[in-house]
Amino acid sequence: MDLLRFITCGSVDDGKSTLIGRLLYDSDSVSLDVLATLEKKRTATNSTDVDLALLTDGLKAEREQGITIDVAHKYFTTPRRKFIITDAPGHVQYTRNMVTGASNADLAIVLVDARQGVIEQTRRHTLLASLLGIKHFVLAVNKLDLVGYDEAVFERIVADYQAVAQQLKLADVVAIPLSALHGDNVVRRSKQIAWYQGPSLLEHLESVPATIDANPNEPRFQVQYVIRPQTEELPDYRGYAGRIQSGTYRAGDKVRIWPSGLETVIDAIEVNQQPVAAAVAPQGVILRLRDDIDISRGDTVVPLAAHPAVVREFEATLCWMDERPLRAGRKLLVQHHAAVVKASVTAILQKINIETFESQGTDEAKLNDIVRVRIKTALPLVADEYRQNRVTGAFILVDDQTGATLAAGLIAATDPEYFTQEVPAETAFSI
Amino acid sequence: MPRAGAPILTAMPTPIYLDYLDRLEAEAIHILREVAGQFERPALLFSGGKDSIALTRLAEKAFRPGKFPFPLVHIDTGHNFQEIIDFRDSLAASLGEKLIVRKVEDTIRTRGLHEPGGKYPSRNPLQTYTLLDVIEEFEFDACIGGARRDEEKARAKERIFSVRDDFGQWDPKRQRPELWNIYNGRIQKGENVRVFPISNWTELDVWNYIQRENIKLPDIYFAHERQCVVLPSGQLLGLSEHLNLDDTDEIVSRRVRFRTVGDSTCTAAVESGAASIDDIIQDLLLAKVSERGATRLDDNLSETGMEDRKRNGYF
Repeated sequence: MDLLRFITCGSVDDGKSTLIGRLLYDSDSVSLDVLATLEKKRTATNSTDVDLALLTDGLKAEREQGITIDVAHKYFTTPRRKFIITDAPGHVQYTRNMVTGASNADLAIVLVDARQGVIEQTRRHTLLASLLGIKHFVLAVNKLDLVGYDEAVFERIVADYQAVAQQLKLADVVAIPLSALHGDNVVRRSKQIAWYQGPSLLEHLESVPATIDANPNEPRFQVQYVIRPQTEELPDYRGYAGRIQSGTYRAGDKVRIWPSGLETVIDAIEVNQQPVAAAVAPQGVILRLRDDIDISRGDTVVPLAAHPAVVREFEATLCWMDERPLRAGRKLLVQHHAAVVKASVTAILQKINIETFESQGTDEAKLNDIVRVRIKTALPLVADEYRQNRVTGAFILVDDQTGATLAAGLIAATDPEYFTQEVPAETAFSI
Repeated sequence: MPRAGAPILTAMPTPIYLDYLDRLEAEAIHILREVAGQFERPALLFSGGKDSIALTRLAEKAFRPGKFPFPLVHIDTGHNFQEIIDFRDSLAASLGEKLIVRKVEDTIRTRGLHEPGGKYPSRNPLQTYTLLDVIEEFEFDACIGGARRDEEKARAKERIFSVRDDFGQWDPKRQRPELWNIYNGRIQKGENVRVFPISNWTELDVWNYIQRENIKLPDIYFAHERQCVVLPSGQLLGLSEHLNLDDTDEIVSRRVRFRTVGDSTCTAAVESGAASIDDIIQDLLLAKVSERGATRLDDNLSETGMEDRKRNGYF
């Protein structure tokens, strides 16, 4: 059995919480006592159906305001898969939460109200999900019951969305007509929507290929922690513990340590204290290296054949997450997984309009802005472009005073040849 | 792109397949090593329950052949079943790791706290004081816990690295965004971080892992005869000297097991004949009552019980 992480994008008005509630409910993932609580609420409010949205709206403030503020996680399992649902809020002021949720997802469900069709929010969610590297999209056209299960309505929305998908070069989009409220095409195929021959939402979620390796062709391993027992039995043991970020590592591989550039050989790979011939992402392993060289937390070990960029200046796309705007010249920290380096944002190049997808010049980034910036670091980073590697192309910006997480960063260019030159204001943004 | 089903790696050795448990395990090991790499004085909060026992197995996978870079810390309510205490001591001894025990009753005495009364006097809320005291005593900057997001609605929104202020308080509106698998544990003096490596596991995942790894558990997780009090709700509470019972209470002998292990005055037993891990997994696949709903009296008191306690510094 494998694992699929997906995010649901849309607002409460689109019926997002109801859709998740319906997925859990119809796949028998809701326990009896939770059902009893729902039933009690139903009786108290004199409703005919239980409110499935109550299954996901967790926090007090959310219950009071009836909106989803934060990222929530839900879990369910079918005989085919374990699913992790990230439920992120839809409003524009919660762009950072949506970015957070999308960062770990393999698939995005973009929810559209059949009465509204494709709106600005739909475009925004699709852009953010695609920006964060999600490959699989589901256009879930909800509330079809409210338009009389009309095929023409569905087809028109699909055609509208096709334009968005083309603009963003989305490779895999599946459109499903459904009614979360009545359960049509969520888990079970709908009798009301006989004109639709495709899979139900759950059938699709069970069959879409799950991405496991961020880039099988470019192995990356970063040291998290050095294990030195220094006991009588193991006086000289030194193991480099970390996670394989992408690709495969084999005992006997010739490797180079970055940023030092020193060369050595993997003598052994240990998993759970046992030597293994090979290990793959995202396994946690210990590497034993032949030569006694200086290696510490944050260093990267790659086979000689691999080609990481090792740079002190790069361009990145940021989602700014702090109340205080970012201006050029700001000093902060780049946290690139286990590597933390001092850095400065030397230029703010463009701001991306998340509704039109166009970029424009700007000199600051405000909360929830998506901007392209140039960053200089005090020490070299082993950097990959995000579109090449979703793990090693990602970083966060951290305030060196407060420790707050300021931004999500996606490495866009590591080669100065591809750095932004003078950019005309109307240049379309590409990722 | 090769067609589906076409061989891709003909010249390569058999590809390594990672199933969902392997991936959850890899995530937890990664998180534990981040704690070791980022903090100076971490601790692993150990309750003697199955989740924290599973955490010790994950810590072995993360750090052996080295020692754990943290002690095990048990906040002892004094209301535990003896089996749990014995198991705790023997596990710490067999791991060869340091165990720190701090007792809630000592906190009650030194801080002059009010010992809870009533028929089922739970010390669960008081654990928070003992926890904050032990954090201060040892200057722990990170506390690893076995909480899971599927346990409760407020937990569903908890971060994996959750920053708490001087008073251990959790503010759901001021949580740091947590992006990718990048964990930001940078804190200011007085703050500390709660870390939950098995956030993404469900109760069933934990049991599947216990089965796969052949992890030993305290006997009370398996079906046994026990003298129980029948609560007005119909739930069963294991008989112990900590309950203040009277003539109206009905005492019965039932075949039960525990799904969670906590303060014995507020952790109910469930009737079950499940005597092995296989039986329990079968039970769970059929059972439709959630873990907390079945066994936790304190969360039933109010719909936001957990959220309120977390805001006040609970685990």
